[in-house]
Amino acid sequence: MVGHLNKDNIHTLEFDALIVGGGGSGMRTSLELAKSGLKTAVVSKVFPTRSHTVSAQGGITCAIQSADPHDDWRWHMFDTVKGSDYIGDQDAIEYMCSEGPKAVFELEHMGLPFSRFENGRIYQRPFGGQSKDFGNGGQASRTCAAADRTGHALLHTLYQNNVKEGANFLNEWFAVDLVKNKFNEITGVIAFSIESGEVAYLKSRATVLATGGAGRIYASTTNALINTGDGLGMSLRAGFPAQDMEMWQFHPTGIHGAGSLVTEGCRGEGGYLINADGERFMERYAPNAKDLAGRDVVARSMVLEILEGRGCGPNKDHVLLKLDHLGEEILNAKLPGICELSKTFAGVDPVYKPIPVVPTCHYMMGGTPTNIHGQAFSSENEVDNEIPGLFSVGEAACVSVHGANRLGGNSLLDLVVFGRAAGLHINEDLKSGGGVEEANIDDIESALYRLNKLNESNSGFEVAEVKRELQEVMQNFFGVFRRGEYMEKGVKALEEIRDKCDNLHLHDKSDSFNTNRVEALELQNLLEVAEATAISSLKRNESRGAHARDDFPERDDENWLCHSLYDPTKKDLRKRQVNFQPNTMEAFPPKVRAY
Amino acid sequence: MIEVNIYRYNPETDRFPYMQKFNFEMPDRDIMVLELLNSLKESDPTISYRRSCREGVCGSDGMSINGKNGLACITPVSEVTKGNKLELRPLPGLPVVRDLVVDMTEFYAQYEKIKPFLQNDTPSPNQERLQSPSDRDKLDGLYECILCACCSTSCPSFWWNPDKFVGPAALLQAYRFIADTRDTRTEERLDSLSDPFSVYRCHGIMNCVSVCPKGLNPNKAIGEIKSMLLTNRRHEAEIIASDGGGRS
Repeated sequence: MVGHLNKDNIHTLEFDALIVGGGGSGMRTSLELAKSGLKTAVVSKVFPTRSHTVSAQGGITCAIQSADPHDDWRWHMFDTVKGSDYIGDQDAIEYMCSEGPKAVFELEHMGLPFSRFENGRIYQRPFGGQSKDFGNGGQASRTCAAADRTGHALLHTLYQNNVKEGANFLNEWFAVDLVKNKFNEITGVIAFSIESGEVAYLKSRATVLATGGAGRIYASTTNALINTGDGLGMSLRAGFPAQDMEMWQFHPTGIHGAGSLVTEGCRGEGGYLINADGERFMERYAPNAKDLAGRDVVARSMVLEILEGRGCGPNKDHVLLKLDHLGEEILNAKLPGICELSKTFAGVDPVYKPIPVVPTCHYMMGGTPTNIHGQAFSSENEVDNEIPGLFSVGEAACVSVHGANRLGGNSLLDLVVFGRAAGLHINEDLKSGGGVEEANIDDIESALYRLNKLNESNSGFEVAEVKRELQEVMQNFFGVFRRGEYMEKGVKALEEIRDKCDNLHLHDKSDSFNTNRVEALELQNLLEVAEATAISSLKRNESRGAHARDDFPERDDENWLCHSLYDPTKKDLRKRQVNFQPNTMEAFPPKVRAY
Repeated sequence: MIEVNIYRYNPETDRFPYMQKFNFEMPDRDIMVLELLNSLKESDPTISYRRSCREGVCGSDGMSINGKNGLACITPVSEVTKGNKLELRPLPGLPVVRDLVVDMTEFYAQYEKIKPFLQNDTPSPNQERLQSPSDRDKLDGLYECILCACCSTSCPSFWWNPDKFVGPAALLQAYRFIADTRDTRTEERLDSLSDPFSVYRCHGIMNCVSVCPKGLNPNKAIGEIKSMLLTNRRHEAEIIASDGGGRS
């Protein structure tokens, strides 16, 4: 990367389709395209099996009628709509829940080592927010599991099948920015090899953002260190909107201190939460579902217990997840990974002692708005306009199947169903001549701007310090409970942090595996996501799903039964209609959400 | 205060690698080696290493920690520090890209060589293929591998022949598919491993077992493969022998 980068001193590599991100959704998309004969590449900043999908534990929720031969995808759909607090798009949820079984069986055929019932079928466990018969038939067991390592098993299976199909990977390449031509079409990305520093314009007729979440905007998160919202950062910088960014899921059970995830499957298998008095407090907050209420409900209940002085430990700052009553045999068979994690990060063996847990940032329900084919769009005056060449899938996207609160086990289903759908659509589209116009020299050079500026910095702010500042602002002002006056302070603080992010000092200018450069670019992506989150949170004046405001404690369907659409060019919020038109059935109307 | 020595090498500026000494003030609580590295990186952003999940499931941060391969993110500093000293080096046996980052190309090539994907020649049913819990149990201890390369890079046989000896990590995966009742290519898989190098360069040194951060046992899987190869070969030999007998 010696000297100022421009169109003439970087390589151009041409593809039909480019997938940015090698996690579950990106690899499911690439698997579909690898079979198509199109020239495709996956650009991943880590070797694909290091992606965050690997950390998913409990399973993939889907009505495959194994635990219950009468199970129905419509019940799953009802649960998901209710879980979303009614701002999940019902056409997308219908598609996910009805296509789900096919996608899960495909994974099994690919070799995913699911756990099994005695009859040889896939093992399913109960998870939060699950019901039979549209909420009337009690708790369902709908989450297909490979012990408590389902994400690992799924991610490796997808990588293995990509190897089988000869998919093309650019591993340890970092995508910097989208290249956008004068027609507002996306023509590819600027990216560089982390190992060698080689910079290239990866030109493509279709660019898929499969970059996952951005939990690292918070100081405490279950997310991997790599979850920095790189795709969303790129699309926001390109001026495209992000949807429902105020909706962040705080998982009830992150290990206190370390933040590592403890699967909801623990409570599915019969574990429960207790406060300092040893009370199973969820019985008070959710008399029916108890510990298996929606994650937003459980997380808020835990915070209230702590705020009211019933937290555990010397600082009364966490509660306990009790598992010992399940017995060693069940724990070793069903939750071996949790036992391992708990011993390592909490110093506690769950066979004997409860695990200290606290709600921890876990999942980004919002993202780049797309239709069910992964096609990204912007929206103006109630009209959705497709962005030619730009697609998004998985946690990076907001299709929206999770609305204001995602149900456990639905993220893995989202990845494979919509990864596959995007792959099918892009294949068809490109084979029928779809594509985009060329980008000119200026378009390419403006996508190189950020990298050049960083490479040419001689002084400025420290990456690690600014990152810590950003994470503290988000943690303090945009956590489980939110209040207008605090959020205003947070938005102001982020303005200052933006100035710093624009003037970072890159100490290390070398080309070989320069992680200082990667971390600086990641921080700038975190900032874009944090700001979208902050402004969206401040402007949604109601409480819904994961967005809980002290100053607006009620859900307000009259004004806010809608998506929010954050416009990065104006730093403002628009409203967008939620889809209430599934294709095969009547829509589920909004109801009071009780568990 | 502990003394941390880190292997440093940047191919653009260093003719030779060297060890750099840092004095590190431990916080009140015990921390993992990865947290220590992250702290040092705040004061010296040029230190390079891989990391992702920070909880022992992604396999990014395998390195040599006081002489033994392990994952930095799940290795407590207190457990590995000797005489207040900690030495961090890249995984041995693979080319160093920079500092603690090694070139894993050969390791991944061996993984791909064993065809790490399920092969089943019968048409897929409309639902899942059935598998009994006891058949599924045969995959435990195999499928959990995270490809961190701690085992293969601690194996002297892999050091000598990284291109021909498949190595413990990939052999564990080879056996994962041999053991899977849903896979129909067992014979073919065994055939591809029957040369003198692929499996037979394993001499049971057991370093792979002692370093595996997931507590897996590649040596046992290799033993299973070897005994299946022997049974197969004896079987073939018997067929040839009986054929020969018939003709004479």
